[in-house]
Amino acid sequence: MQKMTSCCVDVCNTNAEKSSPFPDRNKALTITSWRTAASPIRCLKPGIDQVQIPSAILTLVIGMALALGGLWIGQNINLLPIDASANAPIYDELFKVLFTIGSILFVGIVGLLVFSLIRFRRRSGQLGDGLAIEGNLPLEIFWTAVPAVVVLFVGLYSYDIYDRMGGMVPLAHDHMGGAHEEQIWGGISSGSIESAAATNVLPVEVTAMQFAFLFHYPEGDITSGELHVPADRPITLRMEAKDVIHAFWVPEFRLKQDIIPGQPTQLSFTPTRTGRYPIVCAELCGPYHGGMRSTVVVESPEDWDSWYGQNAKAAPEEETLTIANA
Amino acid sequence: MTISLPPETSSPPRLQPSGWLRYFSFSVDHKVIGLQYLVCGFVFYLIGGALAGAIRTELTSPVSDFMARDVYNQVLTLHGTVMIFLWIVPVVNGAFGNYLIPFYVGARDMAFPRLNAVAFWLIPPAGLMLITSYFLTGAAQSGWTAYPPLSITTPATGQIIWILSVLLLGGSSIFGGINFIATILKLRRPGLKLMQLPMYCWAMLGTSILVVLSTPVLAGTLVLLSFDIVAHTGFFNPTLGGNVVVYQHLFWFYSHPAVYIMVLPAFGLVSEILPVHARKPLFGYVTMVYSIMAIVVLGLIVWAHHMFTSGTPPWMRLFFTIATAFIAVPTGIKFFNWLATLWGGRISLNSAMLFSCGFIVNFVLGGITGVALAQVPFDIHVHDTYFVVAHFHYIVFGGSVFVIFASVYHWYPKFTGRMLNEDLGRLHCALTFIGFNLCFGPQHWLGLNGMPRRVAEYDPQFTLINQISSVGALLMAISTLPFLWNVIHSALNGPVAGDNPWKALTPEWLTSSPPPVENWIGEAPLVEEPYGYGVPPGELDLSAASGRDLWSSGK
Amino acid sequence: MTTTVPIKEQEHSHGEHAGHPDHRMFGLATFLVADAMTFAGFFAAYLTFKAVNPLPDGAIYELELPLPILNTVLLLVSSATFHRAGQAIRQDDHGRCRRWLLITAGLGMAFLVSQMVEYFTLPFGLTDNLYASTFFAATGFHGLHVTLGALMTLIVWWQARQPQGRVTAADHFPLEAAELYWHFVDGIWVILFVILYLL
Repeated sequence: MQKMTSCCVDVCNTNAEKSSPFPDRNKALTITSWRTAASPIRCLKPGIDQVQIPSAILTLVIGMALALGGLWIGQNINLLPIDASANAPIYDELFKVLFTIGSILFVGIVGLLVFSLIRFRRRSGQLGDGLAIEGNLPLEIFWTAVPAVVVLFVGLYSYDIYDRMGGMVPLAHDHMGGAHEEQIWGGISSGSIESAAATNVLPVEVTAMQFAFLFHYPEGDITSGELHVPADRPITLRMEAKDVIHAFWVPEFRLKQDIIPGQPTQLSFTPTRTGRYPIVCAELCGPYHGGMRSTVVVESPEDWDSWYGQNAKAAPEEETLTIANA
Repeated sequence: MTISLPPETSSPPRLQPSGWLRYFSFSVDHKVIGLQYLVCGFVFYLIGGALAGAIRTELTSPVSDFMARDVYNQVLTLHGTVMIFLWIVPVVNGAFGNYLIPFYVGARDMAFPRLNAVAFWLIPPAGLMLITSYFLTGAAQSGWTAYPPLSITTPATGQIIWILSVLLLGGSSIFGGINFIATILKLRRPGLKLMQLPMYCWAMLGTSILVVLSTPVLAGTLVLLSFDIVAHTGFFNPTLGGNVVVYQHLFWFYSHPAVYIMVLPAFGLVSEILPVHARKPLFGYVTMVYSIMAIVVLGLIVWAHHMFTSGTPPWMRLFFTIATAFIAVPTGIKFFNWLATLWGGRISLNSAMLFSCGFIVNFVLGGITGVALAQVPFDIHVHDTYFVVAHFHYIVFGGSVFVIFASVYHWYPKFTGRMLNEDLGRLHCALTFIGFNLCFGPQHWLGLNGMPRRVAEYDPQFTLINQISSVGALLMAISTLPFLWNVIHSALNGPVAGDNPWKALTPEWLTSSPPPVENWIGEAPLVEEPYGYGVPPGELDLSAASGRDLWSSGK
Repeated sequence: MTTTVPIKEQEHSHGEHAGHPDHRMFGLATFLVADAMTFAGFFAAYLTFKAVNPLPDGAIYELELPLPILNTVLLLVSSATFHRAGQAIRQDDHGRCRRWLLITAGLGMAFLVSQMVEYFTLPFGLTDNLYASTFFAATGFHGLHVTLGALMTLIVWWQARQPQGRVTAADHFPLEAAELYWHFVDGIWVILFVILYLL
């Protein structure tokens, strides 16, 4: 990111140094007594109506201050809840980058706007017009190219993040014993982050209905209203809705997947932090939509084992693990 | 004010009502229709605002205690539908489009005046039908998106009435769009080239193309949905083998462009307002035109970014991410051009200018969160949360509604011939800006931390932030009071504005205020440089401090 | 502010707008683009259903080709006959024009009858399955267009009854509009035929 921002500043500087991003007719400008009139646009950074070199330096300084300030904001202001799954830190990485770029842009543009409003406001007694500058091609190219590069960078970066979260792994056939025949319509697969541990996946079937989630562990034939999962073991949810569209969202996992009637979806994740986190329905599903909540309980593997052992009906635990490993 | 009456006034074949009555008539005068749209839209804005107030009142406490849960869902559905289809779309398109476009192209009316009146008169019955459905049978409860199967399983009467009124409003929108395209392309005054048109014409051309291409798809989809409800077909009903995601695709094929239908005209209006009050030409006219057209093209191929959690395949997510993020480029060009328009100007800090700058601030934030939301992994966390609610309101309220107010302050002297009170205007602007940011800014945090949208009850840890948000909403409600007083009081007692109080160059100012029925006495002016403000460098004459007397020379 | 001014048709064409050209055909063409988008939505839905929603076991969705091919021929011929009517009016031959118009409307109604026959002989009904519903929605919406077009053709036929009426060699907007609309409806049918029957 630092590279990106300093690059912007560089382009800006070269522009200012060349000092001719203007239509030729503007060079004819000779009057200097009218201060406002003698301040043509050199660069989209404040402080340009100084002499040539100080203007460039001022631009550089302001640009760097903006970049550093944005970086500081991105790194130090945390707006997100705690992270409790393996892909949450990856998500937070993306969030920091977006927050940094966004802060730089927002502060820069608003700063420029406020500066213009104060600096170029009509003072009492002034009657004249501003400068008749109708455009500036190099400047236009500059502020087309820079956002295009930034946007492309952000797109590719988030694609990479998505890949690391497992979003690009083909669905349908992975890890879901017995689900081969049925089409899985979409979702987030357990991807590269957990490929090593992918053999030990815990499958859970999620049924969403107005207005509750039901969790079924096929290997132990457990049905539960809360989702109990062991920490550090990949979980794959196979989700189906009975009536209308619901969505399964755990803010601390940074994951959400719609649960669509008629179209089973899948969601894979690896919890990392023990605790109780809310499961929230995020798709309007009827009058009690706001009350459609549940809890995911992330336990240490030992605690989970004992919970599982107490509730499992048919299969003893060792057998389950063998099945899962097979 | 002199109006040349035609000689045979004694036996007029079709006399339009005069005075205030014409605003309740089937008038074919584009200015009357424009004001009809504006006032009618504002009435619905007040209704939609009251509904928003009900929502924010409910959300001051984490439990559902202010109204029944199904009523809450009706209220949020009505709020969304009224604000989008009855306030913003009709006002930024219908009101200002009808009032200004004929002036800008140098015409005496729209291309199809009667179709124009029909398009307007579809709106009040559709709106009334929608509102009264709440009192008669209970309104629709499935949100303004009406996703099936929820919209199939909720009470059918309200949903069917909702579909009917949206179909009527869509029809009105399509008729309007056809009219704008024909007027801009075909009704230009001889000698006026396309690249000499004021920017709002380009914005309305782009918007109308979107309206014509995307609204019919929504209409068709809603017809299919109504078959599902009434005739028990199974297009979108999974228990009958239907596919609910197809509805989402078709719905968003309209409803994403609908966002551009709401903001592109606002972009155009800002492009008209800024040069006048900054006394500078619009910066980068040509790139502005191209960026509007780029937004139109890109706007049609990004709809599935609303469906990143709907089980769309990965390749689709990737394509829609990149396409969506790239809309930021032409949009960014427009914002940089506006900033460059302000730079070095002689900026009057009046209400129109302040509202426009408020728009820039809000929309930049909404645009930044928009680019973030386009990223699949980011969206997967915040989709359908209050983060999206905040983003959306930063775009349509912080964007379009701020521009509507800026435009009212800018064109009010033209509409009525009287000036608005600037102090009340600045108060209105300050209250709206503070209230708006107080209301919607904290909602970003709510969404990131786990509050889904469209809920009547929520996790108690969010109570304080929700209460802050509700205070902001209250401020916004209060902010309409000085505006209403200002508009009504100034219409009766405001200082007389004169024909061109802003010394503007666009053609609507080169006639009397308010303009005569056919816009100009005599020939329409040929305005080749609608933004010819400013002192040409090198020709600077300090004694001519009043600027170029362009407007008085009638160029 | 007294602005009591009668708005009369002539006034819209004074000043520099003398000879104000007629933009109604342009407006109609724009409307037809919008109309085409409605069909595009139906077709897109049908193709998506076809791609992702397999026909459930036991559901019947079979289409016979002979009748639709006859329908296609009927509509294509009717397009040609409407074109002939347009040529006739430009040559100021009202009698021939009206004959062709009547033939066109007849062909359109023959199409509707044939479509009805098809509807009643199909082995599936409106709510039987997804494909059946989409088939009826698309063809039904198209049939509505044909009905409207046939009515418009008959209205033009009636309007053209006198040489000095609303349809003349110099000014025949009603005929032109109905003709464009009719060609549009035919074009949509061809696309519909390919997508629903052939694919």
